[in-house]
Amino acid sequence: MGLFKSKNNTHSDEKKSDKYYYASQWGLMARKFRKHKLAMGSTFVLVIFYLTAIFGNFIAPQGTEQYDGKFVNCKPTPVHYFHEGKFVGPFVYGMKTERDPVTFMAQHVEDREKICRIKFFTQGDPGGEYKWLGLFPSNLHLFEAEDGGKIFLFGTDNMGRDLFSRVILGSQISLFIPVVGMLLTVVLGLAIGSLAGYFGGWIDTVIQRLIEVVRSFPQVPLWMALSAAIPKTMKPAQVFMLMTIILSLVSWPGLARVVRSKFISVKKEDFIMAARISGAPGSKLITRHMIPSFLSYIIVDMTMSIPSLIIGETTLSFLGLGLRSPATSWGVLLQETNKLETIMFYNWKLIPMIFVFLSVLAFNFMGDGLRDAADPYK
Amino acid sequence: MDNVLLEIKDLSKVYESKGVNVKALSNINLTVKKGETIGIVGESGCGKTTLGRCVVRGIDATSGEVLFHTDEGVIDFLKIKGAQMRRYRKDIQMIFQDPYASLDPRMTVFDIISEPLRYNTKMSNREIEQAVDRITDQVGLNKAYLRRYPHAFSGGQRQRIGIARSLILQPKLIVCDEAVSALDVSIQAQIINLLEDLQREYDLTYLFISHALSVVRHISNRVLVMYLGRMVELGETEDLFRNPLHPYTKALLSAVPQPDPDVTIDRIVLEGEVPNPANPPSGCPFHPRCAYATDQCRKEMPPLKEYDGRLVACWNIK
Ligand SMILES: Nc1ncnc2c1ncn2[C@@H]1O[C@H](COP(=O)(O)OP(=O)(O)O)[C@@H](O)[C@H]1O
Ligand SMILES: [Mg+2]
Repeated sequence: MGLFKSKNNTHSDEKKSDKYYYASQWGLMARKFRKHKLAMGSTFVLVIFYLTAIFGNFIAPQGTEQYDGKFVNCKPTPVHYFHEGKFVGPFVYGMKTERDPVTFMAQHVEDREKICRIKFFTQGDPGGEYKWLGLFPSNLHLFEAEDGGKIFLFGTDNMGRDLFSRVILGSQISLFIPVVGMLLTVVLGLAIGSLAGYFGGWIDTVIQRLIEVVRSFPQVPLWMALSAAIPKTMKPAQVFMLMTIILSLVSWPGLARVVRSKFISVKKEDFIMAARISGAPGSKLITRHMIPSFLSYIIVDMTMSIPSLIIGETTLSFLGLGLRSPATSWGVLLQETNKLETIMFYNWKLIPMIFVFLSVLAFNFMGDGLRDAADPYK
Repeated sequence: MDNVLLEIKDLSKVYESKGVNVKALSNINLTVKKGETIGIVGESGCGKTTLGRCVVRGIDATSGEVLFHTDEGVIDFLKIKGAQMRRYRKDIQMIFQDPYASLDPRMTVFDIISEPLRYNTKMSNREIEQAVDRITDQVGLNKAYLRRYPHAFSGGQRQRIGIARSLILQPKLIVCDEAVSALDVSIQAQIINLLEDLQREYDLTYLFISHALSVVRHISNRVLVMYLGRMVELGETEDLFRNPLHPYTKALLSAVPQPDPDVTIDRIVLEGEVPNPANPPSGCPFHPRCAYATDQCRKEMPPLKEYDGRLVACWNIK
């Protein structure tokens, strides 16, 4: 027996590190995921987006209800560092109003005489108070221009609201509705898919038909019909809840199908039979062996389902069926762009679209990376 | 009859998939004595795995009984449930063919080996650790590696893990389904030696499924030859290898080189394909490939009959 031992130990592949041998599935997945540069970059972008959303009221100079009628449809304010060749640090010029000699439209232009330095960590104007996470009252803001200067990094809208602030505060809804909707989707998809896959038989047949029926509805009109049923008088928080429910009611069948097929294929695996022969009861079989064996795929699927939820929320709000002003989301912001003049004269109002685009893309790339990492044993 | 461990009676299995019925196992009858090793051989697809899995209840047999002789009398292992199942489940275990697919890659080796103890005993964590330590020693695994995951191991080492898992409950019968077929030849010998050592130590009984005839000849006391889900021949290993009676056994054995120059058996080359079990031939299932087939063979199924202490299913043996 001693002979076997020494002989056998030489079989281990010397090149691979000890760490690799002790790495669990999640450890191996992390190793693989880190090699996927695009996915890592996207994850970084998403972390920034979500942190910005969480600290949104602090980063945004204006609250959702603040506006300034004097500064309607302003272009994005340029931030300068040098005044007449001299370094001053970050500042903006004051603003004055002029008429365009050709179109006679009122325009805000830089007043080169007036320098307003940018201060950081300032107490905001009255009206800029917020409760962080709905709990801690504060009026601390990341930056502000001194001497009554105005910084509109992304310009303003036709009511004089700072678009930069609105994009950030809008992301709180546009980025979190999909996540909450996704979690609901997971609960529905996992429960229904497991029922079908584990029990099979007539339960499976009924659920499969149900999935087919739900999937055969065109998604966007279904969303629209359901959203149109939301009463106009509802509070934004309730609309938010209903929208997540609507989004997940439409998207669970995709996940349920994945879960079902995973259950069916894992049931045939040798290690499942081995566990059963060693006396594992059904509950342990499911929770200890079956679900862990495809959990990583579920996570991939969840990640991949978020983009369509982001687009779903944006679409509904854009069409005026989801959230409405003063509640803010990227879709609400894009509502203003449905006029031709916006694109001609106020093209900065399309900036929210860039964020929709970036977040959708980032989720897709991250999902790609996760999918490659999902089966680390191949 | 006192030394009987297991009686397989009229065991049959029909797979139903997409409306097609495949009769993978037909009326297997086999009495297994305590401490013996029965080799089960036959071409791929003849139902060896199905037989093994039905006996351990990895899959449900369609009909038949597996009578298990316990201290408390004879029970049908295929029918027991509840407390009785929890009590006797551990006695019949299995070693799998594929050392990669049969270990859950998400569990450490320690968790894999100890899992059966958690389901079948009330041992404390300390006792479990001691039991795992003992068994890893016995199967020749290094204790230092217990916290590693299966992907850290070679096929042979993984098979030792699988053996440790099936052995930790101290079963009475172990079904070894091609337990060494996936391994390198040198490793095969090590595992075979290990299985023999363990058999001596624990008085184990093996159903040793394999298509490797030399291995079967080495390890088995008796050999069962199967064809298309049926028993073709059953006899003492040396008798059967020296003097195969059934034409199929002859053909099967003539494919392996004879270690004994005194023994000459007719060289028969197996021609043609194994028939589709979903659509078996009439009469003797072997007749389309048999050189001696008669009209009777084509029409009637030969019964299993005894000749010189051997069971053979062939019309032409008188
Ligand atoms: N799950 C299954 N569903 C349908 N047919 C099966 C299944 N498993 C095995 N079979 C069929 O049963 C027969 C016996 O298979 P098996 O027991 O695996 O044979 P062996 O182990 O001798 O190669 C084969 O024809 C095979 O195709
Ligand atoms: Mg097999």
